[in-house]
Amino acid sequence: MTDKDLTSKSPWTTEAMQKRLKKRYRKETAFKAVGLSGLLIGLCALAILVISIFTTGLSGFKETRLTIDVYMDPAIIKAAPDLDEDARIAHMAKVNHRALIRNSLRLSFPDVKSRRDIMALQRLTSNGARDEVRQALIDDPTIIGKTIPMNLRASSTVDMYIKGQISRDVAQSSRKISDKQLVWLDKLNAEGRIVKGFNWIFLSSGDSREPELAGILGAAIGSLLTLLVTLVIAFPIGVATAIYLEEFAPRNKWTDIIEININNLAAVPSIIFGLLGLAIFLNVFNMPRSAPLVGGLTLALMTLPTIIITSRAAIRAVPPSIREAAIGMGASKIQTQLHHVLPLSLPGILTGTIIGMAQALGETAPLLMIGMVAFIVDVPEGILDAATALPVQIFLWADSAERGFMEKTSAAIIVLLLFLVLMNGLAIWMRHKFEKRW
Amino acid sequence: MENTSKAMIKARNVNVYYDDNHAIKNVDLDISSGTVTALIGPSGCGKSTFLRCINRMNDSIPSCRITGSITLDGQDIYDKTIDVVQLRARVGMVFQKPNPFPKSIYDNVAYGPRIHGFARNSAELDEIVFTSLQKSGLWDEVKDRLDTSGTALSGGQQQRLCIARTIAVNPEVILMDEPCSALDPIATAIIEELIEELRSRFAIVIVTHSMQQAARVSQKTAFFYLGEILEFGDTSEIFTNPKVEKTKDYITGRYG
Repeated sequence: MTDKDLTSKSPWTTEAMQKRLKKRYRKETAFKAVGLSGLLIGLCALAILVISIFTTGLSGFKETRLTIDVYMDPAIIKAAPDLDEDARIAHMAKVNHRALIRNSLRLSFPDVKSRRDIMALQRLTSNGARDEVRQALIDDPTIIGKTIPMNLRASSTVDMYIKGQISRDVAQSSRKISDKQLVWLDKLNAEGRIVKGFNWIFLSSGDSREPELAGILGAAIGSLLTLLVTLVIAFPIGVATAIYLEEFAPRNKWTDIIEININNLAAVPSIIFGLLGLAIFLNVFNMPRSAPLVGGLTLALMTLPTIIITSRAAIRAVPPSIREAAIGMGASKIQTQLHHVLPLSLPGILTGTIIGMAQALGETAPLLMIGMVAFIVDVPEGILDAATALPVQIFLWADSAERGFMEKTSAAIIVLLLFLVLMNGLAIWMRHKFEKRW
Repeated sequence: MENTSKAMIKARNVNVYYDDNHAIKNVDLDISSGTVTALIGPSGCGKSTFLRCINRMNDSIPSCRITGSITLDGQDIYDKTIDVVQLRARVGMVFQKPNPFPKSIYDNVAYGPRIHGFARNSAELDEIVFTSLQKSGLWDEVKDRLDTSGTALSGGQQQRLCIARTIAVNPEVILMDEPCSALDPIATAIIEELIEELRSRFAIVIVTHSMQQAARVSQKTAFFYLGEILEFGDTSEIFTNPKVEKTKDYITGRYG
């Protein structure tokens, strides 16, 4: 037999085998294509979401201001000359700022005569403009009697129009801004008296009925306080439970039942946890309604299964040889856990915890049940103050009839996403920091 | 078994069950200090199980049940008054796969003395780490990098680090469960030399699958077969003149 005979007889070189080989390649290519297209669809959806949120949301971080020459009329301010500082501030707060602005506007627009038109003229500015005049008076008493050019906050309608979200081609009856107001705005614009700037108030204040005065800080602090409570409650309990179940608990029917139930709890709809919080924390323990304390406790109940499950997986992933080594050295069970197993499983535990916290950050339903859905203007100062949370704030604004809240909704979503990205970044950083080889 | 009076560990009529599986049957064995006792036998014959009974490592297996008695210096180690944690420090163990802690070399050796409170200050701890590493023959290789991770060492060095870690807590007995099975011949030879050196200070029990290793390092050999000790005696005797047919078949490589 020659070498040639050998190769010609080999099953690897037959035509049937070549066909099978081609078929296998085809299958692999098809599988790759399916996977890749799935990935692309996902990426496209994500891109559309992000683009749509950012295109509507970014304008929410900007505001429109009108430069008005405000005449600080001593007749309206009626300041007594020799008041001490506190009394002066108290007096400045009581001044009829509204009249100051109205009179100044009338001076700028001398042709506007009728009472109705003057009201409409005043409505170009926001209610918040009064606060700005008041602050100017408090800051500098020497301006009384002078005419000061001030950048006053425009009303939401003007803001919308300037941002191009209200079209002047629409009939007057179906837009919120009247033809007269448009003429006045044109005049201001021609004089360069319309300025756009960063909307600091959005980042520094609580909710408001007026879109141009509404801010995210109250909700953000509410979320922060709520998450703090959640973390303080859920992390130690979750990790302790995981260690107990994984290392100490006897394997019997009871622990099996507990294990199955923990796994099931992770899949329970979050609103049920809200009902639980309502029934237990509010109705039985009479805790304050709408408080981050209750929200945090409720979210802790919801987050616990996630933390327990991920922590158990992380603990289980520690090689048994490390435990044997420690026990073989005469380390007690708790020493083995604290010195070896816990440090090695910490990256996994922290990742799981942060994923659980991120989930809690985005949760709305349970907070609705315990009253964190209320309209709250003040920024909460403690875990017992009434507060709302970022996702709830988004829900509230999305539900709001005012058109100006649309961009605020998207802007709030951007803030929420930013928080989530930060938390995930933290998770990745911690995993790298604590990761050890063995 | 002429020197039973000197024996540190006496196992009498030991039976081990995993649920219904009778893993160890009526084992009697004496382990004396200053001696290396080799446990040989085919896979699954119970030698590792028996080894792990001596420092109660089997306690963590819920299905495991032990009857009979094992005494250390006349004290029953399965007695309720015995502190398992202390027992495991007195009866140290070296495992099949080197398993240093993912900590520095220094911390690996210092771990035992630290948890048992052997050192009053850091100078004493340094001394313990130094002598332990020196006894295990690792000092010269690692003295300049005590703060590097123990897992960064080679396999043979890791195993010697594990031995150093074990002797740092001053055990009376060292149990070795196939300590060389994951190592190359050169590392194996170094460990075998080390066992020979350690013999004078500790009672050593070694489980091995290598007949040559058993012959080289041990003075006593016990041949396990299906959970029973078929033959126990001086290593030289067992390897040159086995009394039981099965032993002869095993050490000559008929099966195993």
